[in-house]
Amino acid sequence: MPGKITNVWQPSLIKQAVRDAFLKLNPFVQRRNLVMFLVELTALVVTIIAINDLFNSGNFKLDVQISLWLWLTVLFSNFSEALAEGRGRAQAESLRQARKDAMANKLEPDGKIEQISATRLRKGDLVIVKEGEIIPSDGDIIEGIGLVDESAVTGESAPVVREPGGSICGVTGGTRLISGQVKVRITVNPGQTFLDQMITMVESAKRQKTPNERALELLLIGLTVIFIVVVVTLVPFAHYLNVSIPAAVLIALLVCLVPTTISGLLPAIGIAGMERMLKSNVVALSGRGVEASGNVDLVLMDKTGTITLGNRMATEFIPTEGVTKEDLAEAAMLSSLADDTPEGRSILDLCKRTLGIRGRDIRAPEGSTFIPFSATDRMSGIDIGGREIRKGAGDSIEEYVNMKGGRFSEGTHAAVESISREGGTPLVVAEGSRVLGAIRLKDIVKPDIKERLNSMRKLGIRFVMITGDNPVTAEAIAAEAGIDDFIARASPGAKLEAIRKYQKDGHMVAMIGDGTNDAPALAQADLAVAMNAGTQAAREAANMVDLDSNPAKLLDIVEIGKQLLMTRGALTTFSIANDVAKYFTIFPALFVAQYPVLNVLNVMHLATPTSAILAAIIFNALIIPACIPLAIRGVSYKPATTEALLRQNLLIYGIGGLIAPFIGIKIIDILVIMLNLA
Amino acid sequence: MTLQILVYIFVIGAGLGLAVPYGRFMARVFGGERNLLTPVIRPVERWVYKVCGIDENTEMTLKTYILTLLVFELLGAILVFAVMMLQGVLPLNPQEHPALRWDRALNLAVSFVTNSNYQPYVGERELTYMSYMLGVLVQDIISPSVGLAVIVTMARCFSRGSSPTIGNFWVDLIRGMLYIWVPLTLLLVFPLISQGVIQNMNAYVVAHPLEGGEQLIPGGPAGIITAFKLLAEDGNAWSGVSAAHPFETPTGLSLYLHMGYILFVPAAITFMVGWLTKNRKITVALFSTMLLLFALSMPLPFLGEFGGNPLLQQLGVQGGVSMEGKEVRFTLFEHVVFLVTAMAPANGSTLAQLSSVMPLSILQVIFNLGIGAPIFGCIGTGSLTMIHYFIVSMFLAGLMTGRTPELIGKKLDLREVVLACTSFLMSSFTALGFSAIALSTPAGLAAMSNTGPRGLTEVVYVFISTSINNGSFMAGLDVTQPFYNLATILPMLGGRFSTLIVGLLIGGSIARKGKIPISAASLPVASPLFIIFVIFVIIILSGLSFFPVLTLGPILEQLMMQAGITF
Repeated sequence: MPGKITNVWQPSLIKQAVRDAFLKLNPFVQRRNLVMFLVELTALVVTIIAINDLFNSGNFKLDVQISLWLWLTVLFSNFSEALAEGRGRAQAESLRQARKDAMANKLEPDGKIEQISATRLRKGDLVIVKEGEIIPSDGDIIEGIGLVDESAVTGESAPVVREPGGSICGVTGGTRLISGQVKVRITVNPGQTFLDQMITMVESAKRQKTPNERALELLLIGLTVIFIVVVVTLVPFAHYLNVSIPAAVLIALLVCLVPTTISGLLPAIGIAGMERMLKSNVVALSGRGVEASGNVDLVLMDKTGTITLGNRMATEFIPTEGVTKEDLAEAAMLSSLADDTPEGRSILDLCKRTLGIRGRDIRAPEGSTFIPFSATDRMSGIDIGGREIRKGAGDSIEEYVNMKGGRFSEGTHAAVESISREGGTPLVVAEGSRVLGAIRLKDIVKPDIKERLNSMRKLGIRFVMITGDNPVTAEAIAAEAGIDDFIARASPGAKLEAIRKYQKDGHMVAMIGDGTNDAPALAQADLAVAMNAGTQAAREAANMVDLDSNPAKLLDIVEIGKQLLMTRGALTTFSIANDVAKYFTIFPALFVAQYPVLNVLNVMHLATPTSAILAAIIFNALIIPACIPLAIRGVSYKPATTEALLRQNLLIYGIGGLIAPFIGIKIIDILVIMLNLA
Repeated sequence: MTLQILVYIFVIGAGLGLAVPYGRFMARVFGGERNLLTPVIRPVERWVYKVCGIDENTEMTLKTYILTLLVFELLGAILVFAVMMLQGVLPLNPQEHPALRWDRALNLAVSFVTNSNYQPYVGERELTYMSYMLGVLVQDIISPSVGLAVIVTMARCFSRGSSPTIGNFWVDLIRGMLYIWVPLTLLLVFPLISQGVIQNMNAYVVAHPLEGGEQLIPGGPAGIITAFKLLAEDGNAWSGVSAAHPFETPTGLSLYLHMGYILFVPAAITFMVGWLTKNRKITVALFSTMLLLFALSMPLPFLGEFGGNPLLQQLGVQGGVSMEGKEVRFTLFEHVVFLVTAMAPANGSTLAQLSSVMPLSILQVIFNLGIGAPIFGCIGTGSLTMIHYFIVSMFLAGLMTGRTPELIGKKLDLREVVLACTSFLMSSFTALGFSAIALSTPAGLAAMSNTGPRGLTEVVYVFISTSINNGSFMAGLDVTQPFYNLATILPMLGGRFSTLIVGLLIGGSIARKGKIPISAASLPVASPLFIIFVIFVIIILSGLSFFPVLTLGPILEQLMMQAGITF
């Protein structure tokens, strides 16, 4: 995909981010992040104090440095947000580019075609897209079949087929029609296209905060209020003990104590989460969706395409007593010659292998009549000469054979049952009143699915498979793929019902869908992922769209959602654990002059009270850019049990958060003394 | 001392051990199930409902429950206030005590209603029998029952799914009084009496000691009052010197019994919560977190007391161990464990003058109170505070593991997390805020007789103690002055009602939610890892806000003492 960014410190983005960091100092913008807004205010106050010191006698040198580092704290935070935005925007911009100058052939009601700019297209408009043109906006194909190059959106170079009706009628603005000519009904108004939404989600000002993010923000504000009380009450306490603390130092203490690290990085973490989604070609249409994805504990999956490779394959012939495998294979081949379904083709492949026919063009013999598959008879076949060959489901063939005056063979009966039990689909071949045998059609379970599901199961996620198959077959496939539960013989309404039931039991349900009939279920699910190739109805009902139309993507989405939450948690823990060291840095410094015994608390042996205060405030500022890569890439994440994850993150970010500042502050203290700043 | 350690461990073990079946009993009582006392008390309970016109089967919504509780408490406070203001003209006043000063009366009214029992007065010199009975005793039994009602309600809310109502305040209140406090006190008074704790209605005896003069030896129902003070954590002692009086602790064993009693009901509450929510894990988690924090509270006081005072050592006291202000019938070991045991649940029973223990002991006590006294804690509020910590810890743990937080089969949202935070940040807020006011106003400073870090400690102590409704204070600060009578009112109200109301609000919002299945990925609340994490959260989120005052108070005092500096 063009513009995919892996390096956090992409030089082209940094310049813009630096500029944005200053623009975000605007109080009306800064206000969105209350804790950093407070830091900005304190920076302003200390600057005024420093200016005042310049003209009167005061500790000008210290105050100037404190104010400088306070401003930098705010700027670092703004920079992290701007950088994350920049990355997201770059990701989206490369897509928007494609659409900018596109013209559309709008079909007027009177049948005339008018050339208008793509940006003027409204919902309901009909457009004609010719071979080689860019599809002007999002819509559904209503006429014609087209081969579409979606690489601009998905990065996937192989073109895909889009056709009206069914589940592959959706086209995205900005993609190119390589062949064919299609009529598209536009489904969105200007400014609401997919790309527009995508861009909104990575821009901070328009991004909606998610419930979890708001809870964390309120917790941080609560902590900030308490630290304000702690610092403000310190003034009378100190005064009582005959110590007076300069205002600038008091402010430095406050800013060190309030959780600036996590507050400063919080917006960046959220935006980066969206951007990581984009990078795996998933467009999150709401922040809620991203967050919900981390909480999903039950996933509803269609069997076909997600768990199994798209189609069933013939794998074995089981002839009945007195019939050779070759006879059965030949009859099966004849009956499948005109069968264009993937199953039919796979039977032909198997016949060729069984009969040793190689590379020969198989044609239906002259004078044969095909009996196409019909829903009522549930079988297909061929009449050739006097032979009437039929193949179909066991019970329908049984009926057919009985009608012809024959008898269903015991052996085939057993074969049919055993195939079903093992998760296959049995087909029975008969000639006239005689049953020849069974063909085993097998669902091929995707090679890596079991492993994948197992690792997700560690996170407490259960998987439910939905299939139209009978329960026996469904159970066998579920067992092979490691699925926890299945809903067999599912009707179109079954998904919605199942989701409601599971939600009532308290589950957070995820589902993937593509067809219009999936839309109600998608709207009901907590995390609903629509295939990009799916219908517009499905895409509107979903809260995420997978550009690759790959159902297994759900697993990636869940991982990214979890990683987003974990990054917030890790940095919060780190940020508040830092306070211990900061207390031990600043506190002795404030009182040691009056009460030398308190030097015992100066465990880091910082050189002077002034150097200690400077070291703390500098560390507090620098830790923000130091954590930017973590905020943007997210904490490293491997599926593990909840307890193992907590242990690991507590060790790294909790214990690390206790220790790191002791080391960092000591080093900065040494530098401050070396540079003669204190 | 080995023997004393063994006895201590045995008694505490027995107290906590007996809490297990008693917690089951409490759960049956509040769950409305048949229990041991049903045959005796159920008729009385029915009669009370009939007389008061209470329909025990009608439940209240969250709003009604909170309003009922608040109006009930308000009326209670008004009654106490009125009785104290009118005691001069009311009957049962043989000593002809005049009415209390209004600030004192207001303070007492709030103090008793909030279960603080902050007593900056000498009862027998200022209160009439009428005031004592209507004001003190009535609230003594009501206030722990209210605390109990709220923790019961919260547990009930966790056990329910999608319920619009949360219970009936009157039923919870009356059951607590009838089934718990009355029978328990009557039962547990006997071991005390067997040790010689007095229980009589005799007139005071005049003794003529050898050195001449007269000594007045008091009588009275010390047994009942002492048993109740220990069990209900109100710390409202029969004697002004509390457990140091030989009639309250006639023998060594009786002292240990005191400690066992103190931990008994708060521990039983953790078991009750488990039964009511049908979730054994929450009990394991609450109980082990409390026990661990309790054990962690021991080393500092031991270090402080046994480390002694170098200044005393210079004066020739052996080891510099300070026994000044401590009851010499008991050993230093007994003093230390009694202090930690009695102060952890915010009971406030004392064996020594708080102003006579070492700075390190005070440091630990202030810390335990400052974090909201969740270590067994007051009746109801202790477990509530701990659950509030659990909620916030779960939120953070959920973030760190990429999951929505859940507790006892319920999802936790924005609302619960924010509410829980307000609850435990409130005590830091009032304690620090009012200490700062006291230390920067002439009226606040005028009451202080100590200077330097000790003076600071005393002021901070009284406001922390009232903020979490402990009610003890350190001598050296003249808390009878109008300034302190008035300034402690808001901390007492804030501490009490922030915990209770937040508990109910969380309960109400939890009750409305559906139950969720425990999945393999639910964070096990009873795992050692989570318990350690909770302690981490308590120290970082709540304890750290007291770091400055602890440094400038007890720590500075200890350091100066070791350096031999006086102030």
